[in-house]
Amino acid sequence: MAELNPIALWRRFLALPNESRAKTLIVAFLVSAICALMVSGATVVLRPIQAANRAAEQQARLENLIAGIPGMSDLLSAEGGALSTVVIDLERGAAAKEVTPETLPAALEDSANWTTLTAGEDLAGLGQRPDYAQIYLLRDANGAISLALLPISGAGYNGPIDAIIALKGDMNTVAGMAITGQSETPGLGARIEEPSWLAQFSGRQISDARGDIRFAVARGSAGNEYEVDGITGATRTSNAITRMVRFWLGPDGYAPLLTAIRRGEF
Amino acid sequence: MSSQPRLWTTFTEPLIRQNPVTLQILGICSALAVTTSVATALTMSASLTAVLVMSAGIISVIRNHIPSSIRLIVQIVIVASLVIVIDQLLQAYLFEISQRLSVFVSLITTNCLVLGRTESFARHNPPGRAMIDALGNGLGYSLVLILIGSLRELFGAGTLLDWQLLPTVDQGGWFTPLNLMLLAPSGFFLLGGLVWAIRSLLPEQVEAGEFTPPETGEDGA
Repeated sequence: MAELNPIALWRRFLALPNESRAKTLIVAFLVSAICALMVSGATVVLRPIQAANRAAEQQARLENLIAGIPGMSDLLSAEGGALSTVVIDLERGAAAKEVTPETLPAALEDSANWTTLTAGEDLAGLGQRPDYAQIYLLRDANGAISLALLPISGAGYNGPIDAIIALKGDMNTVAGMAITGQSETPGLGARIEEPSWLAQFSGRQISDARGDIRFAVARGSAGNEYEVDGITGATRTSNAITRMVRFWLGPDGYAPLLTAIRRGEF
Repeated sequence: MSSQPRLWTTFTEPLIRQNPVTLQILGICSALAVTTSVATALTMSASLTAVLVMSAGIISVIRNHIPSSIRLIVQIVIVASLVIVIDQLLQAYLFEISQRLSVFVSLITTNCLVLGRTESFARHNPPGRAMIDALGNGLGYSLVLILIGSLRELFGAGTLLDWQLLPTVDQGGWFTPLNLMLLAPSGFFLLGGLVWAIRSLLPEQVEAGEFTPPETGEDGA
């Protein structure tokens, strides 16, 4: 006589000896199923709140950073302009047509919007590069761009380094640099976050008259207008900064955009 | 009400006399890592206590039906799921602190304290007792964390819960922050000092030496 009453079935299951194979399997299954439900439930219910938190944090960090770039607040008040946010298509060096700052995160989740870099191109150790980037532009009274804030990133010694580099209107003079994320060795590589080190970036030149990128973090003290002092004991981190600046301001990074801005197409 | 005093001892024993951190030296890794400030120590303590109490309760409820061949994995799955839920909650409602705790909340799963209590106590006791024991152990862990966290924050930054108690030199005061306090080694020093202090007061906690030094026959050499 097959017992189909669920309560009776449940009693029979509980009465099984603990070591029987059936009970082991059923207990394992039930525990995993209930735990899976719990975990997915929590994740799904809480995701919107977490996403809002992350977005707010990013925004706050950005505002901090803009305020923290040396001379930035002076520049902002001197120029009297407001920052505008633009999503650009890196390949074309122009404003992206379909992607806005709001839809950028969604666009970057699609792997079709990423370009895989070959070993030769991949100076910064990224592996792949997004096709779209969100940049910030400051215009003077005549509408000409006086400052561009470009997010850059690269592989450091212990993990990725994220930074924002600010270029003056000629797109060749650095106005400032800010590190937004790093996990370098405290006391050595992590000194890239120190304001006194970052202050040196202001006024450095990126490329020479022929257009070759000369910018570098020097080994030791800076020797010319393209260099900033190296950090003692942090050669790998210093090199990572050199490579990420060179990559992002080079042909696979913002170079098409910089050319377009210099030509006044923006 | 004959079980009342015993329940009470179940709860109070782990606070100091059987403290999981200073006597059993369990959960050291997180105790060292998250005690740089009182706020993180408090959050970590609350998370661990919550996970401990809930997992002890759940495991105690199903204790008669856990096949012993898979009992460890069943316990770990339950603990791990609770930890993920807590971690998600922290990320949603205490975002800043969850960033500072980083990976250590998820590492509650592997905290020997949790598995130790569920395996040695919750599996053999009814839910009420198991949860009280878990609460006692969680609070014992919290006591140590909060004590070390307060010392480190006070001497490392001159603050307590972000209240400036000792004005630092940077702010025009007199106190030079001891940066060592914010680094991991100071956690070891303080914990070691605490264990020493407790064992000096309660000599029965001192473990027997693992070996006796050989007699050399030379006095004072």
